[in-house]
Amino acid sequence: MFLFRLKRTAKLGIKSLWMHKLRSTLTTLGIIFGVSSVIAMLAIGEGASQAAQEQIARLGSRNIIIKTIPPPEDKEVSGQNQSMREYGLTYLDAERFRNSIRNIEVVVPSRRLPQQAWYRNRKVAVEVIGTVPWYPEISPIQLRAGRFLGSIDMHHRQGVCIVDENVMKELFVFDDPMGQDVKIAQDYYRVAGVVSPEDLGAAAQTPGNDTEKAKAQGGANVGCIYIPLTTVRNRFGEISMQYSGVSGRTMERVELQEITVKVGAMEEVLPTRDMLETLLDRFHKKNDYQVIVPLELLKQARQTQRIFSIVLGSIAAISLLVGGIGIMNIMLATVSERTREIGIRRALGARRRDIVLQFLSETLLLTLLGGILGIGLGSLVPIMVTHFGRMPTIITGTSLLLAFGISGAVGVIFGLYPAYRAANMDPIESLRHE
Amino acid sequence: MIRDNSGVVEFKADAPILVMERLCKSYELSSMELKVLRDIALTINEGEYVAIMGPSGSGKSTLLNMIGCLDRPTSGDYWLGGQNVSLLDDNQVSLIRGARIGFVFQSFNLIGQLNVIENIEVPMYYQGCSERESAEHARELATMVGLGERLEHRPSELSGGQQQRVAIARALANDPLIILADEPTGNLDSESGAEILKILVGLHKKGKTLIVVTHDEHIAEDAGRIVEIFDGRIRCQ
Ligand SMILES: Nc1ncnc2c1ncn2[C@@H]1O[C@H](COP(=O)(O)OP(=O)(O)OP(=O)(O)O)[C@@H](O)[C@H]1O
Ligand SMILES: [Mg+2]
Repeated sequence: MFLFRLKRTAKLGIKSLWMHKLRSTLTTLGIIFGVSSVIAMLAIGEGASQAAQEQIARLGSRNIIIKTIPPPEDKEVSGQNQSMREYGLTYLDAERFRNSIRNIEVVVPSRRLPQQAWYRNRKVAVEVIGTVPWYPEISPIQLRAGRFLGSIDMHHRQGVCIVDENVMKELFVFDDPMGQDVKIAQDYYRVAGVVSPEDLGAAAQTPGNDTEKAKAQGGANVGCIYIPLTTVRNRFGEISMQYSGVSGRTMERVELQEITVKVGAMEEVLPTRDMLETLLDRFHKKNDYQVIVPLELLKQARQTQRIFSIVLGSIAAISLLVGGIGIMNIMLATVSERTREIGIRRALGARRRDIVLQFLSETLLLTLLGGILGIGLGSLVPIMVTHFGRMPTIITGTSLLLAFGISGAVGVIFGLYPAYRAANMDPIESLRHE
Repeated sequence: MIRDNSGVVEFKADAPILVMERLCKSYELSSMELKVLRDIALTINEGEYVAIMGPSGSGKSTLLNMIGCLDRPTSGDYWLGGQNVSLLDDNQVSLIRGARIGFVFQSFNLIGQLNVIENIEVPMYYQGCSERESAEHARELATMVGLGERLEHRPSELSGGQQQRVAIARALANDPLIILADEPTGNLDSESGAEILKILVGLHKKGKTLIVVTHDEHIAEDAGRIVEIFDGRIRCQ
């Protein structure tokens, strides 16, 4: 019975809205913009947090990454020793981490060298990562074929390598890389396995400007080739040539580019970071390292997300407020336009609450219509943001429901007053109204 | 939602259908009090046909609205079907209007956006009739007043006489006990006026209590009783 009435009330509402199509659509514009900003806000926020989460998953939420960075130029030192600069993380550092901090489960020292890799007559730029067999513990790479580096490779400083799928595609094209020899610098390395790419998206190349450096040194690399750390140390040495415009060439000696440690639980990440920093502080006076905690990146992401939420949230709130007032205005006009109808209905047995229901449902239909159109428009905004702004966005079902709910709430809030005005009109006076 | 009509709309069979005692209505007009109805005493029994007459501005419409519970008296008592109306709240009074009273106005007062059928359905809607039930009943009523061919027409597409027939059909929608007509032929030519009157008299013959406000002596001739009002007072009954 109640449903009957609801259905008929809705029908009545649709009918009278249909009679003023243009007016109804114009009235709902505020709601449309409000609802679309709500959806855009939620989609961008969700996208940002998802992206942050993915980034953390990629870098490892339990990892702490310590990178070698060139220390600030020191006049005295450079005057003293013009041709050789020595800085950065050392094998001893890795040893100290392992021995003196109990929380640490794994220590992965690695070297990263930009190099050219040759196969037959093909050449690509790669990043050679000299590392240890347990490297996969701190990296999201997955074995796709063959094996990863083993302790025997380490021990015998074997000329083996593992390539990632990007290198495989660029260098071997249609050939099966397994068992083939790749030439890097003067030496050949036999491919023992294939892994998934580490995903060197912009996000993975955290604060350091390695990508730019790599670009400066001969274009962006296509992927990574993993070689036993011992082999790299043996064949490449630790001295590299740096060319700079002013002082010509300088030699640099760097033992390790990176040490990644992994702790047992996420709560241990920050305390361990502090311990690492005190430890490093003692032996590195030159400030030639940088500590990156992926977990902290989440905080930054949240910050960005909050700013977006505040901006879009205020746009949404203002649009909804203005839209709501616009709707109230139109409904008040409608009520006074239909004063006589209200009188007639009252004479024919309509109670006050019937009149309230009639006008409230009309307002509600109007705002829900705005809500639906707003959802349509609001779903377009994130798609455009993703397309043109290269920002991830995610539209969730909950956000659509929330937007719909908000438009309904606006309808009720701003519809109540006009509806009560209509219901409290004196039947006689309304009947006399022209 | 089924309305609990018991007690509220139930009229007592033994009592007169309406009784007014010392009923007054006045309006406050810029510090001056305008008395529109003064000490009205009126009793009407079920099935009567009463004509209310009087000069313009004498208070006929006001009295009729009072009878129809559209207006509330300033003082005095009014019993409708044995119920003291002043004790009822707005909901109950609305319910009585819808279920027991049928209004016919001089200016028809149809809802312009609705067609014939929908206009007739309005009172049933507020009594909680189902859609199918009320559509069927509305069709019957429209046919009864001779508009079986024009069910889908809007009021603006009908002549004055036809509009008034729709209004009568609408007044009958909930099978009321009392029909109140305020100058029902006032806006019509004499021919269609006569037809409307015929329908109303027919309803009285079927047992409805009929109260008509009119200036027309001919209408009054048919009535069982004439109530004459001058300046807010009943002069003779
Ligand atoms: N809301 C109001 N405020 C002030 N005075 C009013 C109001 N409503 C009616 N009146 C006055 O009450 C008096 C009676 O009005 P009513 O409409 O009952 O007259 P009537 O007898 O029906 O006249 P007519 O034959 O012209 O329809 C009139 O003088 C009118 O001015
Ligand atoms: Mg009158």
